[in-house]
Amino acid sequence: MTEMKSAEQKSFETKAPTEVWITGIGLATSLGEGLDAHWEALGQNRINVDEKGFAPCVVHPWAQVNLDAQIPKKGDQRQMEAWQRIGTYAAGLALESAGVKGNAEILARMDMVVAAGGGERDLAVDSNILNMEARGNSAPGSLNERLMNDLRPTLFLAQLSNLLAGNIAIVHGVTGSSRTFMGEEAAGVDAARIALARIAAGQSDIALIGGSQNGERKDLLVLYEFGGFNLKDKFAPVWARGEAGGFALGSGGAFLVIESKAHAEARGAKPFARLVNVVADMARRKHAGEVTSTLEKLWGKLGKIDSKAAIITGATGVEPVTSEERTFLKAHAQHPVRASGTIFGHTMEAQFPLGLALAALSLSRGALFPPDGTSATEVEMSERPSQIVVIGTGHWRGEGMALVEAI
Amino acid sequence: MTATRDKFGRPIIVVTGMGVVTSLGSGKADNWKKLTAGESGIRTITRFPTDGLKTTMAGTVDFIPVEPFSSTDLSERLGELVAEEAIAQAGIGTKGDFPGPLFLAVAPVEVEWPQRQELGRAIGSATEINYDAMLRVSGGGRYTEYHRRFLFGSVAGHLAEIFGTKGSPISLSTACASGASAIQLGVEAIRRGEADAALCVATDGSVNPEALVRFSLLSALSTHNEPPQAAARPFSKNRDGFVMAEGAGALVLESLEAATARGATILGIVAGCGELADSFHRTRSSPDGKPIIGCVRNALSDAGIVSDQIDYINAHGTGTPENDKMEYLGISTVFGERAKQIPVSSNKSMVGHTLSAAGAVEAVFSLLTLEHQRIPPTINYDIPDPAIPFDVVPNKARDARVTAVMSNSFGFGGQNASLVLTREPV
Repeated sequence: MTEMKSAEQKSFETKAPTEVWITGIGLATSLGEGLDAHWEALGQNRINVDEKGFAPCVVHPWAQVNLDAQIPKKGDQRQMEAWQRIGTYAAGLALESAGVKGNAEILARMDMVVAAGGGERDLAVDSNILNMEARGNSAPGSLNERLMNDLRPTLFLAQLSNLLAGNIAIVHGVTGSSRTFMGEEAAGVDAARIALARIAAGQSDIALIGGSQNGERKDLLVLYEFGGFNLKDKFAPVWARGEAGGFALGSGGAFLVIESKAHAEARGAKPFARLVNVVADMARRKHAGEVTSTLEKLWGKLGKIDSKAAIITGATGVEPVTSEERTFLKAHAQHPVRASGTIFGHTMEAQFPLGLALAALSLSRGALFPPDGTSATEVEMSERPSQIVVIGTGHWRGEGMALVEAI
Repeated sequence: MTATRDKFGRPIIVVTGMGVVTSLGSGKADNWKKLTAGESGIRTITRFPTDGLKTTMAGTVDFIPVEPFSSTDLSERLGELVAEEAIAQAGIGTKGDFPGPLFLAVAPVEVEWPQRQELGRAIGSATEINYDAMLRVSGGGRYTEYHRRFLFGSVAGHLAEIFGTKGSPISLSTACASGASAIQLGVEAIRRGEADAALCVATDGSVNPEALVRFSLLSALSTHNEPPQAAARPFSKNRDGFVMAEGAGALVLESLEAATARGATILGIVAGCGELADSFHRTRSSPDGKPIIGCVRNALSDAGIVSDQIDYINAHGTGTPENDKMEYLGISTVFGERAKQIPVSSNKSMVGHTLSAAGAVEAVFSLLTLEHQRIPPTINYDIPDPAIPFDVVPNKARDARVTAVMSNSFGFGGQNASLVLTREPV
């Protein structure tokens, strides 16, 4: 074992340039599961949105699946809250799509970078405690007593951010490494950025990346309501949400398997697309225009973008940042744009992995899915896209961009 | 130029600045003095009522005021202090302009009880309180600050702004291995040539009622409340759980080449990092110890050394019956007979378990061990566990020749990370 050299050590000796492919995509969202279902739904402009269940907030509900298909043990399902189940399910689809599901040898050395939120609450326990306190029962220690008695012992594990990765390790056996990034949208960008950088530098051969969100969560809606970010009452495409703006929380998991071309070829894996570059920054957002100029700067760092490149953005619909992004997009109007946020809602940590998944899927199908049909920002693309630039701008912080290329 | 590369041709990674805060105190000097004197920072909790709790002590950091208190605010303040100390020691960049990225290990951020209770008061007692009612009172700009505060990325965003780190700051959680993972991310970024320097910070200010209850419900905490100083008993036969604690650690990492070029003082080397995930169980290690064994071996092979070259192990040593047993199994499998001779001590016997911060706090202590050639003890070691025949450096610090330290971190969710820290390049 000590005789073996890691991929990194070998690479530093040979200095081999490493090309990285996307070889697996796992999608389980408000539009269903799997690539065919998604491609079909995208082609039909289908959107699954709920204006009533969480009124006045608009959310995109998760399309229920047969969880047993990817999480066979009921015990495992019970140990997770929805956001973890969604993510673990989507991760299984990605491994299956890459043809590595159950391949113990590869899974044991597969790296994992997960972008995660967490903290899903037990709403009944919280409400009960607050009602009790409102009725004047707030003796010292009464909070302790209720928490000790009412919290499910395993709820903590369903709340912990790193336990999405933990569950993926347990259910699917991915154990090369396990890293969880937090920090809303930026976490998704950085998960892709770091995993790509490691493979490109020879520090890793193959990685599972992605994230998930359950948008049907009132505790999450409360957090975003503090900042006034929730879209209210009526659904509209992200480009048509007016001055007030806002996002509709989305539900879904998006995972990808990325690996070095050499590794993929050696095992006979077919690529969906090439992941050329991922770049990120954090504009201070103290002055108008900072997001526009940061996106422009990132665009300049991506690499050569050809004329048949399209753009898939995770633009949230929140203002003023969506307008700032639109200013950037107008400066690149020759590239057709699609907003994943209109279709799937805002999936937060999963926003960027979802964008990457849609880009790789589109490139592999040789077409960009149709525009939303209502806004001037999105126009038809009849040509076959050669590249897709994925944009992930955070609703409050963080900007990221990726260049995905057809093979 | 070969002297600035390791045997695999990668840039050698050095530490040029360190900062630490624990329940023992603020700063390296104070911590080191108390750590080597065998003092405990564990005390009875006074921050909130402990009625009805099984565990009433912790390694709280009460000497750094945060008003109004939230665990996230305390984490942020501790992170700020240690980063400041580390950057000042490194003398790198200029104020508010750190020339590299930030990697932050931080506990998952969430809205806490005081905020929830504030919403409850806003709803009032005339209405049934539920999340619909909470949603109704949350908007309108009254609680905008709660959004800013309780985003997962809020602590990293704040630190990135005040220290002027470059690019997208990364907030990470690998549970109790987070601090080590933050260092590993920094090491990898510099090895890839993305940066000449990285700021690696790990912080945790989690002692609040719900956090305590959560660990308590998993039967992970010591309930040895009296006296609190004797609660953390790693490797002892009568150990009964870990003690929650707060703290933070920071390292300024640089390539040897960049550090030398600017004439920086080199405090130590991060020679290797290893990790391996465990798929056995959400809170327990695989009974065969394979993931821990593999993690330790990965760190050795990443450093390009063999176990014989390690002369001190800074253990994860939480004091839970399970962890300490598994750590012995892992170490003894890799180190063989030497496992009984090599000093293995647990800082957690004194500072408690600083959770997300532990990997970095203990990396700082490991580097101080190298600097002072003195090994901090495992205190409260009165009843040895015959199943764990480590030389735990019982109760008293010991002078020793230390050239290479292994620092281990293991966490819930199957997280394992190990670091190899040395005085000189290996």
